[in-house]
Amino acid sequence: MTAILLRSSGWLGLALLALVAALAGADRGFAVHMAIVALAAALLGVTTAVRGNYSHQPAAPADLSGQYYDEVIRWGVIATVFWGVVGLLMGVVIASQLAWPLANLNSEFTTFGRLRPLHTSAVIFAFGGNALIATSFYIVQRTCRARLFMPGLARFVFWGYQLFIVLAATGYVLGVTESREYAEPEWYVDIWLTIVWVAYLAVFVGTIAKRHEPHIYVANWFFLAFIITVAMLHLVNNLSLPVSWLGSKSYSAFSGVQDALVQWWYGHNAVGFFLTAGFLGMMYYFVPKQADRPVYSYRLSIVHFWSLIFLYIWAGPHHLHYTALPDWAQTLGMVFSVMLWMPSWGGMINGLMTLNGAWDRVRTDPIIRMMVAALAFYGMSTFEGPMMSIKSVNSLSHYTNWTIGHVHSGALGWNGMITFASLYYMAPRLWGRQRLYSLRLVNLHFWLATLGIVFYTASMWVAGITQGLMWREYGGDGYLVYAFVEVVAAMHPYYIIRVAGGLLYFSGALVMAWNIGMTIAGRLRDEAPMAGAAFDPGRDRPLAPFAPAGAAALPAE
Amino acid sequence: MAEHPGPSPTRSAGSRVDVPTGTATVGHQWDGIEELDTPMPRWWLTIFYACVVFAIVYAIAYPAIPLATRATPGLLGWSSRGELAKELTAETARQAPMRRALAALPIAALAGNPALLDAATRGGRSAFKVHCVQCHGGGAAGSKGYPNLNDDDWLWGGDIATIATTLQHGIRYPGDDETRQSQMPAFGRDGILKAGQIADLVAHVRAISRQAPANGAATRGAALFAENCAVCHGPAGMGNRELGAPNLTDAIWLYGGDTASLTTTIHNARGGVMPAWAGRVDPVTIKMLAAYVHSLGGGEAAPVAAAPAAASAATASDHGRG
Repeated sequence: MTAILLRSSGWLGLALLALVAALAGADRGFAVHMAIVALAAALLGVTTAVRGNYSHQPAAPADLSGQYYDEVIRWGVIATVFWGVVGLLMGVVIASQLAWPLANLNSEFTTFGRLRPLHTSAVIFAFGGNALIATSFYIVQRTCRARLFMPGLARFVFWGYQLFIVLAATGYVLGVTESREYAEPEWYVDIWLTIVWVAYLAVFVGTIAKRHEPHIYVANWFFLAFIITVAMLHLVNNLSLPVSWLGSKSYSAFSGVQDALVQWWYGHNAVGFFLTAGFLGMMYYFVPKQADRPVYSYRLSIVHFWSLIFLYIWAGPHHLHYTALPDWAQTLGMVFSVMLWMPSWGGMINGLMTLNGAWDRVRTDPIIRMMVAALAFYGMSTFEGPMMSIKSVNSLSHYTNWTIGHVHSGALGWNGMITFASLYYMAPRLWGRQRLYSLRLVNLHFWLATLGIVFYTASMWVAGITQGLMWREYGGDGYLVYAFVEVVAAMHPYYIIRVAGGLLYFSGALVMAWNIGMTIAGRLRDEAPMAGAAFDPGRDRPLAPFAPAGAAALPAE
Repeated sequence: MAEHPGPSPTRSAGSRVDVPTGTATVGHQWDGIEELDTPMPRWWLTIFYACVVFAIVYAIAYPAIPLATRATPGLLGWSSRGELAKELTAETARQAPMRRALAALPIAALAGNPALLDAATRGGRSAFKVHCVQCHGGGAAGSKGYPNLNDDDWLWGGDIATIATTLQHGIRYPGDDETRQSQMPAFGRDGILKAGQIADLVAHVRAISRQAPANGAATRGAALFAENCAVCHGPAGMGNRELGAPNLTDAIWLYGGDTASLTTTIHNARGGVMPAWAGRVDPVTIKMLAAYVHSLGGGEAAPVAAAPAAASAATASDHGRG
C-alpha cells in the first residue's frame, strides 16, 4: 500500500515538476514538450494508483520462467504497424509537396522543411526502431532459450521509446530542431533517448547472459552491434550545449567541417548499424524459420559480420565528397565504402542461399517472397552505395534525386519488406492464432509494395541522373546550359510518378494493418489456400484405350 | 557444391548432413535453426580481396594518410583544389582574348562586330540564368512587377547602351547614386485625390488603353489626368523613358491593367526596385548581359541623338567595378 502510494506520488511529483518547467519554458516548443512529459507522468501516476494491489495479501507470484515474455513484443508489433502507416503517409504528403508546392498549405506547421524530418524519423526511428526493439526481444529470448531479462525494464524501454518518438515528432512540427539530419531532436530529447537506450542494452545483454544455449546466435551479434554502435553514434553526434536549461535551443560542440564530418559519421552509420546490422539480425532469424532451412554458411556469417562492422564505421566521409573536407578524408571514406561491398553482400548470400532446398516456396509462400525481395533490394542498394561513393560517380549523383532513389530502394525494399515479413511471421504466433487472417492479402501487399518501389526508384534514378547531367552540362562556348530553375521544372513529371509509387506502397501498408488487425482479433479469412494448383493423383495417368473405331487412326506402336 | 563431411574445426557433436544440399551442419541449434558448414563462396572472397587491393592502390595514388601536419599527397599529386584551379586557369585562358576585346570595345559599337556580339550574347545568356531568372523568369518573360524583356515596351529605354546603364546602376536601388530614379505619388494614400477621382482616372486610363469605352467617368478622368499625370506620362499617356513612366495606351501592363490593379496602383503607387549590378558582376559580364537582353526580341537601335550619352554609358560600364 505504502509502496503504491509512494510510486504514484513520485510520478505525480514528476508531472508537477514538468508542469513547472512547461510554465517557465523559454519557448513554445519547450513548453509544449514539458506539458507532454507532465501528461505522460500524470497518466502513469494515476494508473499506478488505480491499478495497484491494495490487499494485504501480496498476489502469489506466478511462475513465468517457463514462458517467454511476449507482452511488450505484442505492443511493439502494434506500434510498428501504426508508425509505419503514419511514416509512409507523411512520405506521400511531402512527395506531393515537391510535385505541387501548394500542398505546403501555407502554414509554418505543414511546410516541407518541418514534415520531411517527421517522415524520415517516423519511418526510420518509429517504424524501424519499434520493429528492431520488438524483433530483437522476440529473437533473443528464443535463440537464447531464456525469458527476457527484467521485463519491467523492457516495458520501460518500449514506452520510453514511444515518448521519445512523440517528443521528436511534435518538436519537428513546432520547429524544434538541431538541424542535424536524422538526429534532429534537441538536447533534452537526446538525453531521454540515451536513458532508454542504456536500458535497452541492459535488457538485451542481460538476456544473452542468462541464455541456456552454449553459443550466441548470429542474429544476436548483429543486434548487439546495432545497439552498442547506435549508443556511441548518438552520444558523440549530439554533444551540444543548451542555450538555457528551460529552452529547446542548443549549439553543437563541433563547428564547421568537423561538425559536418561528425554528423555524417553518425548519419552513415545510422544507415549501417540501424538499417543494415539491426535488420540483418531480423533476417538471420526469420528467413531460416520461415523457410525451415539451415543457414547457408556459418563461416560466411562470421567473416561478413566482422568485416561489415569493422569497415562500415569509416565510410561516412563519402557523404562529403568535393566539400571543404580534406582530400585525404574523402579518399578514406571512398575506399572503405568500396571495401564494404562484399561484406554487405555476405548477408544477402547467406539469406538467399538459405533457401537452397526450399526455392519452390517462393512460388507458394508470399512471406518467403517478401524476404527474397527484401534480400534482392538489399543486394542492389549495397552495390549501388559503394558505387555512388566512388568520387567520379559521386560528382554526378551527389545532391540529386539519385540519392533519394538509392535510399528508398534500401528503405522500402530491404527494411520495409523484411519488417513486413517479420511482422507476418510473428503476429499469429504472438497472439496464439492458427494462422494469419489472410495469406492472400499478404500476396496483395507484396505486389502493391513491389510495384510502388519500382515506380519510386525508377523515377528517382531517371530524375537524379537527368538532374546531375543538366547541372553539369556546358555548351561548346564554355557556359552552363541550364539555369537551376530549368532543372527544377524538368523534375516535375518524375515527382508525380514518385507520388504514385508512394501511394502504392502506402496502400500496401494499409492492407497489412487490416490483415494484422484482423489476426489480432482472431478472425480467419475464408479463402482458398495459396499452396499451388489442385492435384488429383487419380487423374494423373494416361487415358484408357479408345474404342476400335478411333484406334485405326492412331499410329501403330 | 557438396562438401564431404569430414573433420572440421567448426563442427561439433550435433553435426549432421543436410539432405537437400548434401552439406554438413555445424552442429549447433538455436530454436531449431541450424547452420551449414558451407565454405565461403570463392567469387565472394576474390572480389572482396580485389576491393581491398584497389583500396590500397588508390590510397597510395591519392591523398590518404593523415600525418602530424599534413596528409600523404599521393603519388599522382592530385588534389581537388589543384584540379579546380587547373580547370579554371584553362577556361580563363581560353576566354581571355574575347573578354579583352569586349572590355576594350564601347558597347554601342558591339553591333558592328558580329563575332564578338555573338560571344557576348552567349555569355550573357549564361549569366542571365545565374543572376536574373529569379525575377525575370527562365525565358525572361517576367511576371507581375517584373518586366518582360522579350517585348519592345521599355520603361527606361531599349537600346544596348541604355540597357547596360540600367544593369549597372539598377532601378531605385539604394546605395547607387546614379540609379534610375523616379517615384509616382501615392495619390490615394497621401490624400491627393479622393476615391471617386481615382475611379474617374482609372476609367480614363482604361479608355485610352482601349480596354473600355470612354464614358462620363472617363471624361472627368481626362481632366484629372491632364492635371496630375500628364507631367510624367505625357498628355496622351504615351509615357516618358527619361522618368521610367510607362506607356499607358498599349496592352502591356507591369502590375495589371484591370480596374482593381489600376486603382491599387494609383492609390498606393508602385516603384519596383532592381539591384545595381556594377560591383556584383564584372563590367564585361554587364556588357554580355546587355547584349543578351538586347537580343531577346525588343532591342532597339541606338538613337542618333543619344549616341554620345550611350558612349559615355559604355565608358562608365568599363569603370563600373569601382
